[in-house]
Amino acid sequence: MGFLWTIVTLVVALGLTWRYLGSYMAAVFDGRVHFLGAVERPLYRALGTSPDREQTWRRYATSVVVFSGVSFALTYLLLRIQGSLPLDPQHLGAVGPALSFNTAASFLTNTNWQNYGGETTMSYFSQIGALMVQQFVSPAVGIVAAIALVRGFARKESTTIGNFWVDLVRCLFYVLLPIAFLAGLVFVGQGAVQTLAGTVSIHDAMNGVTQTIARGPIGFMEAIKQLGTNGGGFLNANSATPFENPTALTNWLSIYLMLAIPFSLTYTFGKLVGSVRQGRALLAAMVLVFGVWVGFTSYSEHQGNPAVAAAGIVHQSTGNMVGKEVRFGDTSSALFAVASTQTSTGSADASYDSFTPMGGFGLLTGMMLGEVTPGGSGTGLYTMLIYAIVAVFIGGLMIGRTPEYLGKKIQAKEVKLAGLGSLVMPLLVLVLTAVAVSVHAGRIGPLNSGPHGFTEILYALTSQGNNNGSAFGGLSGNTPFYNVVGAIDMLIGRFGIMIPALALGGSLAAKNVVPESLGTFRTDNTMFVGLVIGVIVIIGGLTFFPAISLGPIVEQLSHGKFF
Amino acid sequence: MDDATQVGTAQVGTAQVGTAQVGTATKASGQGVARSRSLFDREILAQALAGSVRKLDPRVQVRNPVMFVVLVGTIVTFVEAIAHPSTFSWSITIWLFLTVVFANFAEAMAEGRGKAQADTLRRMRSEAEARRLRADRTEERVAAAELARGDLVVCEAGDLVPSDGEIVEGIASVDESAITGESAPVIRESGGDRSAVTGGTKVLSDRIVVRITAERGKTFLDRMISLVEGANRQKTPNEIALTILLAALTIVFLPVVVTLQPFGRFSGASVSVVVLVALLVCLIPTTIGALLSAIGIAGMDRLVQRNVLAMSGRAVEAAGDVQTLLLDKTGTITLGNRMAAAFLPTAGHTEEELADAAQLASLADETPEGRSIVVLAKQRFELRERELAPDHEFVPFSANTRMSGLDIGGRSVRKGAAESVRRWAVEQGGTVPEGLDEAVGQVARAGSTPLVVADGPTILGVIELKDVVKQGIKEKFAEMRQMGIRTVMITGDNPLTAAAIAEEAGVDDYLAEATPETKMELIKAEQEGGKLVAMTGDGTNDAPALAQADVGVAMNTGTTAAKEAGNMVDLDSNPTKLIDVVEIGKQLLITRGSLTTFSIANDVAKYFAIIPALFVATYPQLDTLNVMKLHSPQSAVLSAVIFNALVIIALIPLALRGVKFRATGSAAILRRNVLVYGVGGIVTPFVFIKLIDLVLTALHAY
Repeated sequence: MGFLWTIVTLVVALGLTWRYLGSYMAAVFDGRVHFLGAVERPLYRALGTSPDREQTWRRYATSVVVFSGVSFALTYLLLRIQGSLPLDPQHLGAVGPALSFNTAASFLTNTNWQNYGGETTMSYFSQIGALMVQQFVSPAVGIVAAIALVRGFARKESTTIGNFWVDLVRCLFYVLLPIAFLAGLVFVGQGAVQTLAGTVSIHDAMNGVTQTIARGPIGFMEAIKQLGTNGGGFLNANSATPFENPTALTNWLSIYLMLAIPFSLTYTFGKLVGSVRQGRALLAAMVLVFGVWVGFTSYSEHQGNPAVAAAGIVHQSTGNMVGKEVRFGDTSSALFAVASTQTSTGSADASYDSFTPMGGFGLLTGMMLGEVTPGGSGTGLYTMLIYAIVAVFIGGLMIGRTPEYLGKKIQAKEVKLAGLGSLVMPLLVLVLTAVAVSVHAGRIGPLNSGPHGFTEILYALTSQGNNNGSAFGGLSGNTPFYNVVGAIDMLIGRFGIMIPALALGGSLAAKNVVPESLGTFRTDNTMFVGLVIGVIVIIGGLTFFPAISLGPIVEQLSHGKFF
Repeated sequence: MDDATQVGTAQVGTAQVGTAQVGTATKASGQGVARSRSLFDREILAQALAGSVRKLDPRVQVRNPVMFVVLVGTIVTFVEAIAHPSTFSWSITIWLFLTVVFANFAEAMAEGRGKAQADTLRRMRSEAEARRLRADRTEERVAAAELARGDLVVCEAGDLVPSDGEIVEGIASVDESAITGESAPVIRESGGDRSAVTGGTKVLSDRIVVRITAERGKTFLDRMISLVEGANRQKTPNEIALTILLAALTIVFLPVVVTLQPFGRFSGASVSVVVLVALLVCLIPTTIGALLSAIGIAGMDRLVQRNVLAMSGRAVEAAGDVQTLLLDKTGTITLGNRMAAAFLPTAGHTEEELADAAQLASLADETPEGRSIVVLAKQRFELRERELAPDHEFVPFSANTRMSGLDIGGRSVRKGAAESVRRWAVEQGGTVPEGLDEAVGQVARAGSTPLVVADGPTILGVIELKDVVKQGIKEKFAEMRQMGIRTVMITGDNPLTAAAIAEEAGVDDYLAEATPETKMELIKAEQEGGKLVAMTGDGTNDAPALAQADVGVAMNTGTTAAKEAGNMVDLDSNPTKLIDVVEIGKQLLITRGSLTTFSIANDVAKYFAIIPALFVATYPQLDTLNVMKLHSPQSAVLSAVIFNALVIIALIPLALRGVKFRATGSAAILRRNVLVYGVGGIVTPFVFIKLIDLVLTALHAY
């Protein structure tokens, strides 16, 4: 598929999805979808709850934390006793404590940072029972948290923002499971492997070597890996291998699935607050930034490798092919990579470490913008709303009124929570990167030295702090230091934003609605889209500019010099 | 933009700041609290300079998190400069110190302007003796300070009213210029809505007995003094929210800068502490941090200059949020008096005949309505006031007869309420002409008052008395509508009359046959819907509504109860000023928002100055980022720091004056401010940092 054709078909498909999946999700969370009532009701009884029992934001947040705590404990436990569990044809044995800790944190936070190679570390039981389960529930938690915040805008003088358990069940049964099942069929149909039969050994008579080919229940995991913006593949090489990503169609489908829910949630938002225009404004901000980054990164990759150019080969008609799957090529890999980094998915069909400095810059900065364009499942929307609140506050003051967003006054409490929500990530990433470059355990991690080595560390901690999970490569992450620091990074990066978002939902829900008038600050027009983009770029830019200039910028300005 | 709308731009440097108001022009305010000062008043400047040093006290600084960080940074560079002296580190230290001083100076300037006004007020505070009445009605002389609530005092012509109170006995003309700046005396009398007197005002005639309602130190004058001084200024809700945002931005830039040390070390660069501090100070929002409190104080000051006293900054801010204005018809929307507008003769009579009789009937009528009939007759038919034969007799208006007129030479002319004049004419033997009822009804339906004129038994026709809507008020309401503010006219008139006037004045809605209860209900209903409501009032029966409204502007001529209930007092007692109050409130918020945007936008250029300078020794290729082509790393850093300090001084006038405000829709205001302060905020520092760098280079400083 040509690059342009890929873009056109994606825009059309995502446009339709935005409209219909968006309104469908609004119906699901409004409790208007019931076709699985027979499954739902017994589950509520078992959980001791019901759709009528609404929760305050504190109860909602507590439920999130409790659920995530149980997820963590369960994942950790299953990995630690993997050797005693069934479905382990390779007899891989237990996963070590530091790695289990990191992996449990990674999957419950929807990060899917992998300090391991799947085929050589995880049994089939762990892949399905521990990791894939989290790949379903962790995006669900993100989505319902976003819905809870949206309810804060939609409701008037309400003490409650929904019921976490009910939302979670609805999200799983009506949204994630059905779509993932259908997509899984396509992956398997296209040739992605789906088996429990273990590895095969092939003797290569010509070269006289025996190869072990890893297999497993890959196809269906692939579907939720992309749909839930998880990114953690079954195999180490992720979507670059034909077993996970067999054809151009599955490559296209992967990109589509990553973007589907994060974009569509803006429609759901608009629908729930009673004005699709409001959702469209956020969508426009997301699409514009995403589009610019795709253009920039694809262009950079298409320019060819500066190091190769420095070696005398100026004309590289194929673009920078180092570390690329020949099947996908330069621009398409760049598109996949941008979709993967800006949706907090983190899956890869190419080696990001081998991108040009400016291509790598595109991926790294895409994450540094806070995963809002469109961001992860639910996390993208609620983080975007936090940035939007900051934009509303500054813009609202400029028109001479107490700022209000969707009729809700943005006052000290909201500014405090939005400030916390938007600044926790840069703070976390910078401080942890500073720790990593200062201590010996951290400094020995990167494969390269100088600015590229710095970028490798910065990328790893940015990726984990943003719950992306994309790996730049070149960093030996499976050390006690990076396992623990990374886990801290992921956990704070998740809950340090999600909990303020839920608190915002509670605070907004309790407010009365100021009626709209001509003097109201408009949040559904071009000006607002510009302001939101400004806030995203300025917060990200101002906080990361010094760090970036020591990494990819220096490297780019060095014209192909290796570090 | 005409004078009436030019509200946001107080003309600095001239004495006259209150611009002409709709209908009633405010006077050139040269006295009272309304005195405005030049921005560069020497006395205030001197005080502000002293204040900027006095405010270096860390206990004062810690209240402003942004500037506190600068102060701490200054101390760090100071220590560093002592340990490793160099021109560079000393220059940075001095400029960082100046940044703190400039911020203090801005605040001291704003405070100084308030203090100057307070001093004027203080001089007027009476130290006189009071003539207190004992229980047995004999007088005793006591110091004004000894008066307690409930004491009765006597004031006669020439006496100063010793403290705030209410007249319980008598009537007097009072000179209130000390408070209002208005030199014309006002009448104060016991009972009703004109019974309040203010301490410090002077009784010009007659004798009154006043019951003291405020103790010394808690009088209206005292409160005014502390208000304009900003003595116990509390942060307003939006100011608190903004302070939180600024604190958050300050907190996040701390690790951004501190982590550069380890990042630099990893890259093999040694990063100087002085440069890091300089970078931090340049990045944190010092511009708005330095000017924030000055903006708030200046906002209050602008109100005071228009003779409006806000009891709290919160009220001023709420004014900017108001979505519904309740305006009393009389005095705000209409001139207050009904005026003759047309003569409508009945069949068989000419308009001139009717005008002539009407004028005759009104010659002795000294009411504004009566005068307007005489004037209209003169204008229309050149009918002059005439010499009357000596045997004439005036028949004054009475509530019983509900008509007035003149008996002259056996001829009786009457004008008055339709029913009364009709009955009188019939009694004289006349008949009711055809078409009279129709004419009366037509006038009433148009919202005017019909007066019927009869010459003996002959009914000549109807005079239309019209409520005259103030000039320019319709345009003002259109502006309000643009800003998203709904105007509601409050009137005691019947719905028919109210609807007609509402239509003519262009208000959005009206409340007819209003009572204090219906007014209150209206306010509550609007608030229920999430709207903020502003109103004016002066009577005691307005007090509950004034208290309920989010912005309640009490007229200074009103009762103490009304003034206590509202959160603003208009010393000019001009209800139209409510509109100005709203605009000042908006301007205050806009100034804060715009300078915040400017402050943050400035960071872009500062990065491009400092980051290459910081690492260019290690990575010479980073010089590409030095887009301003600054002379050397040291001159680059110093230029950014100097710009950062000077911009505070440069923006003091803007902070004190407020950014320009136009009464247009939110989208237009936003577009303008984003362009000027957002885009301008990005571009400006590039230009000025480069210029400062050129100057430093020319001086061979580096």
